[in-house]
Amino acid sequence: MVKRSDKSRRDFLQSAAGLSAVTLLNAFVPAWARAMQVKRDDAALQESGSIVFDLAIRQHQLEIAGGMGNVVSINNSVPGPLLEWYEGRDVVLNVANEMNVDTSIHWHGILLPFEMDGVPGVTFRGIQPSTTFRYQFPVRQSGTYWYHSHSGLQEQSGCYGPLVVHPREPDPTTYDRDYIVMLSDWTFEDPHRVMRNLKKMGDYYNYQQFSLADLYGTGDMSRREAWKMKLAWDQMRMMATDILDVTGSTYTYLMNGLHPAGNWTGLFAPGERIRLRFINGSAMSYFNVRIPGLPMTVIAADGQNVHAVETDEFQFGAAETYDVIVEPKEESTYTIMAEAMDRSGFAAGTLTMHPGSRAAIPPLRKRPLLTMVDMGMDMSGTDMDGTAAPTLDDTQSSAMGEVPMDHSRMTHAEMGHKLPVKNDHAGHDMGDMSTAGPIIARHGPDHHGPGNIGVAAVERNRLGERGLGLENLDHRVLVYTDLKRLANDFDDRPPAREIELHLTGHMERYMWSFDGKQFHEVDGPIEFSFGERLRLTMVNDTMMNHPIHLHGMWMELENGHGSQLPRKHTINMMPAARTSVLISADAPGRWAFHCHLLYHMDMGMFRVVRVS
Amino acid sequence: MKLYTATIALVVLWPASAHAYEPAGTPPDWDPPMDMQHAYWKVLADRFEAGIGDNLDGYVWDVQGWYGGDHNRVWMKTEGEGELGSSPEHAELQLLFSRMFAPFWDWQIGVRQDLEPNPDRTHLVLGIQGVVPYQLEWDSALFVSDEGDVSARIEVEYDLNITQRWVLQPHFEINAAFSDDRELGIGTGVNNTELGLRVRYHVQREIAPYLGVSWQQLYGGTRDFAQDDGKSTSNASIVVGVRFWF
Repeated sequence: MVKRSDKSRRDFLQSAAGLSAVTLLNAFVPAWARAMQVKRDDAALQESGSIVFDLAIRQHQLEIAGGMGNVVSINNSVPGPLLEWYEGRDVVLNVANEMNVDTSIHWHGILLPFEMDGVPGVTFRGIQPSTTFRYQFPVRQSGTYWYHSHSGLQEQSGCYGPLVVHPREPDPTTYDRDYIVMLSDWTFEDPHRVMRNLKKMGDYYNYQQFSLADLYGTGDMSRREAWKMKLAWDQMRMMATDILDVTGSTYTYLMNGLHPAGNWTGLFAPGERIRLRFINGSAMSYFNVRIPGLPMTVIAADGQNVHAVETDEFQFGAAETYDVIVEPKEESTYTIMAEAMDRSGFAAGTLTMHPGSRAAIPPLRKRPLLTMVDMGMDMSGTDMDGTAAPTLDDTQSSAMGEVPMDHSRMTHAEMGHKLPVKNDHAGHDMGDMSTAGPIIARHGPDHHGPGNIGVAAVERNRLGERGLGLENLDHRVLVYTDLKRLANDFDDRPPAREIELHLTGHMERYMWSFDGKQFHEVDGPIEFSFGERLRLTMVNDTMMNHPIHLHGMWMELENGHGSQLPRKHTINMMPAARTSVLISADAPGRWAFHCHLLYHMDMGMFRVVRVS
Repeated sequence: MKLYTATIALVVLWPASAHAYEPAGTPPDWDPPMDMQHAYWKVLADRFEAGIGDNLDGYVWDVQGWYGGDHNRVWMKTEGEGELGSSPEHAELQLLFSRMFAPFWDWQIGVRQDLEPNPDRTHLVLGIQGVVPYQLEWDSALFVSDEGDVSARIEVEYDLNITQRWVLQPHFEINAAFSDDRELGIGTGVNNTELGLRVRYHVQREIAPYLGVSWQQLYGGTRDFAQDDGKSTSNASIVVGVRFWF
């Protein structure tokens, strides 16, 4: 289907220089890679046999983000081509490495034999230069996914693409048009240089640090509050502005490969329902996604259908996906706004009936600050902590068990947390305790060694909380407790055992780890017994959000919805959060388990899970 | 020389002690899935300046660098000063092995070679470097010279962001000796202090020209020795320099 390995043309390109090469390369970006429209082929669903894809990974210059960048591309485009698979039909993917370094492709979120998972050094030996690796496996699921290189830092250089699996059964939602909206972060810097910069100076890319300018008048805090806050954070030797490690100071944010001026555009006809498949394909970024004037109905998360829930904005971490339905009004033009979580930049595109038209791009909102809740500070017994709920012994069920079903419309104070009435004027910068989830555990004595700066003294259930910086918005924001699995296929065996893992790190030295141990320091994989049902509980002892990804098996997020727990491949862990997932260890082999922030993974926030 | 050898041996042996390939449970001849503890390095010239003082026009350098992994590193530190237009009056070079023992703290051990003044001394160095709560950068060391004299140094500084690119840096350094070393003009007790305040502008993260004031003062026996030798015992200066790292 997808076939673009024209060697003579490539050779010509390598010899071509300057402007002509620029023009030619741009011409080679196929139109379908830009349109990103998903088109289900019903005939393909009926056929049997394998669907074959040829993918070539190359290093070259490409026009990107308003300049010329050195990319690692798949079939000459960034993102790589949209792959459409069909549930029940095998796929064959011939991935040719046309570079002089090893590469790999990982099918993110896909259930498959582990040898086909594409993680070099874990599931296979990687794809050596000038060789082709043949992936072949049955497709046993449907939904929105993506694929990317799992080698070195190639993902940062553009080696990723969208993947849609069409369901065998009719889709539970009807829609007229179907678009990929793949978000990513691009830098013209060499990713290895980015890594070195972070190693030498953890806050290298943070140009939104607390400064005297904040302390004197320009902020929305009183001077006294601001000083108090600065001193509290200085005392801990941390920064309230440590939101994202790599920011808009080097990144250009892309939507389907186009920077904001490139204006990716999704066209619609009057009265159409449009499915937008949002994929966070970034290396290091969280996005706040909204379409001003247009509510979004979330119908799937991480490729898995959920009960429809309407919202105005969602935040998602690297590797997560959400499918939404929108119904644009006739003759209206909308901006799809994807703001980086630290508000240092944005990706934007347009939904319109008229190619070339564009709606206003909303200004970036003020950068948020981490709070005392994110620090995991124990403030119970003080009047600062409105949620000084008693510690629950039972960490898995927590207070979220009886959340009202449709609370994305409600303020958190109404959510049945026994929370005090939310105070809209609360000093949110000091930590708006009134919106914080309940304390469900306290940290033990193990502080995970010198490679971990601090621990969450109190661990909270934060699944009902809005993402960082969205706490006080007066519109609806999606939260994890909104997600309820649609399929009626819950494995109701109770978990036979529990594994607890702590997310740990050291921002200043840029070390990242689980339980204080970087990957190279651990003495073996995490062992799952084949066939067992278990609970994995994660505690985030760092101050940052981390999207945690398990390969090969679903994580069923224990968000209080009984047998309707949503299945996810990537779970965002808020700072100081304690979150559990259920796993059916039904896939033998070695599977990667890691933070999906690329430089965190590379610095050791990575483990191997072995199912045997 | 033994210390040099010991330091180098520690550094050379450290990668060998890194793990063989258990973490992934893969066959031993497979490559690891990621960066397996690459060594990184950094060189920082925190002070690199010239000054016009009430008693002396001088120059100062204070450069540190490290190489290694996350836990174990080799440090190089050099500092010196002199009168504008002359060779340095004081110059030293340290080579240290450094190990992280707490999240913000390293202990350091190594040697310091004084290049100036004469007679040049060699010292054993035992140091602690890190960050104190409230974000104060801390660098301290105890020195034992080949003459058996013991001295100590503490250096503290703080970066206060005025804006995202303007930074105000107070800096304080104190040197003390536990015995006289008349040949070098060092008396027992506090020898000298330096108090500085520098404002820098980051042209980029790595390069920041600065302007500041610096006040150096000698004390006790050291001051008396300096007076005897006809040298100034205090100097207040306006300094201009560039802080850079790579």
